[in-house]
Amino acid sequence: MWLLGLAWKNMWRNKTRTAITMAAIFFAVILSVLTSSLKDGIFDNLIKNVVSFYTGYVQVHKAGYWDEQVLDNGMKYDKSLDSRILAVSQVTGVSPRLETFGLIATDINTKGCMVVGIDPDREDKVTGLKSKVTKGTCIVPGDKKVMLSEGLALRMKAGIGDTVYLIGQGYHGATSAGKFEVKGLVRFGSPELNNQLLYLSLEDARELYSAEDLATSAVISLSNPGNPGLTADALKQQLGNEYEIMSWEAMLPDVKQHIETDSNSMKYIQGILYMLVSFGIFGTLLMMMVERKYELGMLVAIGMKKSRLCALMAIESVLTVLGGCALGILASIPVVYYFNQKPLRLGGEIASIYERFGFEAVFPTSISPDNFISQGIIVMVIGLILSMYPVYKVLTIDPVTSMKR
Amino acid sequence: MSDIVIDTHNISRVYNPTTIPIYAIRNVHLHIKRGEFTALVGPSGSGKTTLLNLIGGLDKPDEGQIFINGTDITTLSPGKLIDFRLHNIGFVFQSFNLIPVLTARENAEFIMLLQGKSKAERGTRMKQLFNQIDLEDKMDSRPGELSGGQQQRVAVARALASKPQFVLADEPTANLDSKSASNLLDIMDKLNREENITFLFSTHDQRVIDRARRVITLVDGQVATDTNVIDTSAPH
Ligand SMILES: Nc1ncnc2c1ncn2[C@@H]1O[C@H](COP(=O)(O)OP(=O)(O)OP(=O)(O)O)[C@@H](O)[C@H]1O
Ligand SMILES: [Mg+2]
Repeated sequence: MWLLGLAWKNMWRNKTRTAITMAAIFFAVILSVLTSSLKDGIFDNLIKNVVSFYTGYVQVHKAGYWDEQVLDNGMKYDKSLDSRILAVSQVTGVSPRLETFGLIATDINTKGCMVVGIDPDREDKVTGLKSKVTKGTCIVPGDKKVMLSEGLALRMKAGIGDTVYLIGQGYHGATSAGKFEVKGLVRFGSPELNNQLLYLSLEDARELYSAEDLATSAVISLSNPGNPGLTADALKQQLGNEYEIMSWEAMLPDVKQHIETDSNSMKYIQGILYMLVSFGIFGTLLMMMVERKYELGMLVAIGMKKSRLCALMAIESVLTVLGGCALGILASIPVVYYFNQKPLRLGGEIASIYERFGFEAVFPTSISPDNFISQGIIVMVIGLILSMYPVYKVLTIDPVTSMKR
Repeated sequence: MSDIVIDTHNISRVYNPTTIPIYAIRNVHLHIKRGEFTALVGPSGSGKTTLLNLIGGLDKPDEGQIFINGTDITTLSPGKLIDFRLHNIGFVFQSFNLIPVLTARENAEFIMLLQGKSKAERGTRMKQLFNQIDLEDKMDSRPGELSGGQQQRVAVARALASKPQFVLADEPTANLDSKSASNLLDIMDKLNREENITFLFSTHDQRVIDRARRVITLVDGQVATDTNVIDTSAPH
């Protein structure tokens, strides 16, 4: 259609102006895709950290355990419960644990610690245990050996091959004591865990605490980590009221809040960005309407219907906006990919806050296509809304006044 | 249909009616017949532009009626008026008549596109018009590549492309040197004589006034004199 051809020609009549408009849109798309990918990346990364941290995405306990975390509130964990949990479709792995507080002693000192009985292979699958081993080797079921967190080892002045004693209270009040060899050391980012944790095999823990078949919690890994609530609900359906199912968000409310605060401040940054872009685009549109006021008035004077003139202005703006958006999306792909490969690394105070939670302050961008699409669409909608300005001006144009010089 | 194409009935146009009213046009009665070649003259501020805008349907009188070929344009809705202008009135403005991104031919053709004329029809008409304005070799030039006089000739071609009832031109030669001005007048004159095209143009330029066959003088928004010039050069 000839209107389209004229619109195209008009777009390039003032190349600088079109270029400025397109560049504003172009950079807006790149920056908002980048902030959005970064926001998601931070989110993903924190959640991933939560998993490898310790807690896992979802845990199953006997009802009431979370409020009073003692062995007597443990659950019977057998093959049947195991297969019922694994039967839930989003569950990819489960690691039963027997967790309790106890005393650890060497010949020279005694400290309190958190004793965790685990199946090493299953725990590795769910929380990546083996990658945390920094010295020695990982325990195997029934080897009567333990792994200490690095901080605990330091406090106990114990190393690989040394003997430690575990003293505590077993199931239903039985006294428990055992002698174990230190087989490996593990590192946690979180000082709280790094100073207290001790791993031994689930079999050894059950024997030590006279708690046959017992587990205090079952830590679950998911196929859809983005939505642990869904799996928690499915598990609730499957297991019934006898158990309490908790997602990491419920177990670590402070981490969740931190993520929310972070993603909110990113939203503010994006909001400011959208505003800057709007002003940029609007400025060029304003300039264009001033520049073309006479000509538009003349076109109405010689008999061009306003509806046609509106269509002309709309086509011009839409082409400019779409062009800017398309180029912006294309250009943001390598940028986002780059920051995915070479993630931003924060330092200073912020980094130490993250480290307190046990996370590295490294933020790779998310390369999920959602961000490209959603941000592209948002900027496009802003551009299209602003494009209504010339259309509105044309509707109200009066040839006599606009042709007056 | 009568031979009168423009018929103004006692029209007035008042600016600032509530504060200090300015009568830009006051009780103007005017008849213009088909085929006339009329100059509208008068001192600056006498109301020439205002009158042309009223006759062209770009502005509405505060009093009176304007009949174009029998249609009272003062009663038309804004949308209808735009359409009426497209099909009945040719406009030539003082300057900047053309769309800079289109070629001379595309500019002249524009009005026929608006009218929805076929490609073939446009082609024939353009050939004819560019021949008449003597710019066949510049059909594909952009306005920026044309002289001011050439641009005004293209504007005349555009005004005629729609086959209007008449052509209104507000100081068409004001921005031209005398040679280009006389050249433009030659073309308008020829179109008037050979095609019987009605022209109504305002001007300050005595040489242009001398070419008119009827001269209407406005003073303070009123018709002061209206003279038919005895045309010695007319072929019949
Ligand atoms: N929009 C307006 N508001 C108020 N007064 C106006 C307006 N337009 C024109 N006028 C007044 O109307 C009168 C006639 O103006 P007009 O432009 O028609 O004169 P003109 O004969 O075309 O003058 P020129 O030869 O300078 O072009 C003048 O006094 C002018 O100041
Ligand atoms: Mg004037």
